[in-house]
Amino acid sequence: MLSQLRSIWEILKHSVSKLDTVQYPEQKPYLAPRYRGRIVLTRDPDGEERCVACNLCAAVCPVDCIALQKDTREDGTWYPEFFRINFSRCIMCGMCEEACPTYAIQLTPDFEMCEYDRQNMVYEKENLLINGVGKYPDYNFYRVSGMQTAFKDKGQAQNEAEPIDTKSLLP
Amino acid sequence: MAAELKPVLLALAILLGGVGGAAVLTWWERRLLGFWQDRYGPNRLGPFGIGQVVADMIKLLTKDDWVPPFADRVVFIFAPTAIVVAMMMGFAVVPFAPDVVIIDVNIGLLFFLGMTSLAVYSVLLGGLASNNKYALLGGLRSAAQMVSYEVFMGLSLMGIVMMTGSFSLVDIVAAQEDLWFCFSQVLGLLVFVVAGIAESHRLPFDLPEAEHELTAGFHTEYGGMKFAMFMLGEYLGLMLISCMIVTLFFGGWMGPAYIDHWLPPIVWFGLKVFFVINFFVLLRAAIPRPRYDQLMSLGWKIMLPITLINLVLTGWVLLSMEA
Repeated sequence: MLSQLRSIWEILKHSVSKLDTVQYPEQKPYLAPRYRGRIVLTRDPDGEERCVACNLCAAVCPVDCIALQKDTREDGTWYPEFFRINFSRCIMCGMCEEACPTYAIQLTPDFEMCEYDRQNMVYEKENLLINGVGKYPDYNFYRVSGMQTAFKDKGQAQNEAEPIDTKSLLP
Repeated sequence: MAAELKPVLLALAILLGGVGGAAVLTWWERRLLGFWQDRYGPNRLGPFGIGQVVADMIKLLTKDDWVPPFADRVVFIFAPTAIVVAMMMGFAVVPFAPDVVIIDVNIGLLFFLGMTSLAVYSVLLGGLASNNKYALLGGLRSAAQMVSYEVFMGLSLMGIVMMTGSFSLVDIVAAQEDLWFCFSQVLGLLVFVVAGIAESHRLPFDLPEAEHELTAGFHTEYGGMKFAMFMLGEYLGLMLISCMIVTLFFGGWMGPAYIDHWLPPIVWFGLKVFFVINFFVLLRAAIPRPRYDQLMSLGWKIMLPITLINLVLTGWVLLSMEA
């Protein structure tokens, strides 16, 4: 009996306590910079697409919502011919971002992407690409990787040692 | 002419006020429960969310009015109306203010008890006619619950009748001129509140519809307007019980001593009823539903003895004051 009275009093005290509800459309909640929301494709500091179409994101995606096709530019760099994310399947797990070797694919703090037509949830490359570097401002894959392209030979990347001639006996 | 027309107009006002009040109450209760659970409750439609009432009404009115093929059709349709009619009839004897009562019968209290007892038929028949095992269990439970709680609901009021010497509710209010019965009949008040909740089968005593064991209890098969009638009956019952608690124990239309003249009687009555209703909602928010056997043993082993002690005490005090 006493515990019943006590619980009535405890509940009554809640009439003056602060409400937990966030009045969503008017009052936006704080979203951390690393919040996992809408997926974007970023560009490197030079303004080129970062994605090298390695397919790792599509391979790791647990719901298979990413589809892309590799193509090669004339300078030898790789890029996706098309890049498609079906957001009606995406579960915002962020595994594609973890798998991406070039920081191209990134998740953003935005989740307001409702559509009346399901087909509008399928984002093509022009919908995904943004004009920025995302969370990694200085990174440019082709400048640090050892890959040979038209503008850069082996050993010319940042922090890269000259290639070793394995057939030579000189130290 | 005017004197003859007055009860009719009053009845019409109570009919509209009762239905409207029950509708607003559905919203108000959800808001209150929300605040007590640290959230807002329905606050989107209209100012403070009051438009929710209209939205709910539109939804319920436009739903398919369907009778399950396996149900007993006539009884199935009759059951929800019975509770509304019975609860509405109960309001006939409630004195809202001096001379604002539809009919002042000398058995007003008994009439009220009879009408609330009739409301049991609605739940019982609804459960039976649905031809559904959950509904039947709900109906069974409500029958047992009502029968046991009716016993001391009536008995708990006999102390008041002894002190007043009348069954008329107008006389009972008049007898509280000097001291409200909530002070002289504490045990009676306690028992009547518990019985009142059980009678209007609201939480914590809503075992007839216990959602998590009986899906929705006696109204499992009901939908649309017939379901709305059950809800209307439940909220009318809540209002009726609150009116009765105020009339019997808290001095009816009379304000507290010294500040009685601050407000007109009808406003005092409304304020008190409002507070009692809020208290019932608070009980719903705070107290968990007891098990079925706990409910029964609470009724017969605790509440009934308290009522009898109250009766004996009241009689003893009254007789010793006479001597």
